[in-house]
Amino acid sequence: MVGRYDALDALFNFQRALEARLESDWLRGGTTGTGAFPTINVFQQGDSLVAILEVPGVSKGDLDIQAKDNSIRISGKKTVGYPENVSVHRRERLSGRFDRTLTVPMQINADGIKAEYRDGVLALFIPRADSDKPRSISIN
Amino acid sequence: MSSQELQVQEKREVEKKQESTVPTRAFLPATDIFESADALTIVMEMAGVDKKNLDVNVEDGILTVEGRLDFSKYEGMQPVYTEYNIGHYRRSFSLSSKIDQDRISAQMQDGVLTLLLPKAEEAKPRRISVV
Repeated sequence: MVGRYDALDALFNFQRALEARLESDWLRGGTTGTGAFPTINVFQQGDSLVAILEVPGVSKGDLDIQAKDNSIRISGKKTVGYPENVSVHRRERLSGRFDRTLTVPMQINADGIKAEYRDGVLALFIPRADSDKPRSISIN
Repeated sequence: MSSQELQVQEKREVEKKQESTVPTRAFLPATDIFESADALTIVMEMAGVDKKNLDVNVEDGILTVEGRLDFSKYEGMQPVYTEYNIGHYRRSFSLSSKIDQDRISAQMQDGVLTLLLPKAEEAKPRRISVV
C-alpha cells in the first residue's frame, strides 16, 4: 500500500500549503468581505484559475453564478429543515442567503468560465484571457 | 429562517484523545441530531466527501462516522488565495438509545450525510395504560 502513504504525505503537504496561503494578499481585498459565506480557495492550474467553494447542503438549483469582466458573483440560499414531531438534540448547521463577489487581479475570459458542483463543493474553472497571456517577443 | 444572511461556520478540528500516527488534519462535520418516536436522525455536513468514501460504525453504543476526501482532484493545483483548509471528517457520538444496527441507513446528497438510526424494539417508548 505504498500509494496510500504517498497520498497521506501529499495531503499533509497540501494542508500546509493552504495554511501558508491564508495570509496572502493576492486578491488585495478583491472579495467582498473575507469571512463571508461561502469560503473561497483560489488555485492556479496552468494558465487558468480554479476557485473552489464549500457549500454543503445547497442544492444546485439554489446556486446562481454570474460573471462580468473579472468579477464573479456567487449567490444563493441554503435551507435546513426538520421534520415535524421530532425533538431536536443538536443544531449546528446554519441556513440563510449568501451573496459573494470574487474579483481576480487579472484579465479573464468570462465566457469560458465553467462551473462544476459535486458533493457540496462548487468548482469554478476560470480561463485567463488570451490578451492577458504573456507573448514571447522575437528580437529582430 | 432562510432570509437571514448566512454566516461562515469556522471549521472545528477533531480533538484527539490519542495522537494519530499521521500528521494530517481532520475536521468535525457540523451536525444536526433529532429524534422521533422510532428513530434517531443524524445530519452531517461533509463537503467534498463521496458516498463511497464514507464509514459508519456503531460499536458499544458509540457511533463513529468517517468521511474521506478525494484529494486527487487537487493534483497540479497551486494555492494562490485560501480561506479554508481541507481534510477528512471524523466525529463520534455516544448513543443514548438502543439502535437496531442492521437497519441503519445512510443517504448522501450535496455533501450532506443523513443517517437514519432506527431504535431497537425494546428502546421504543411504550404507552402504559393505567387501569
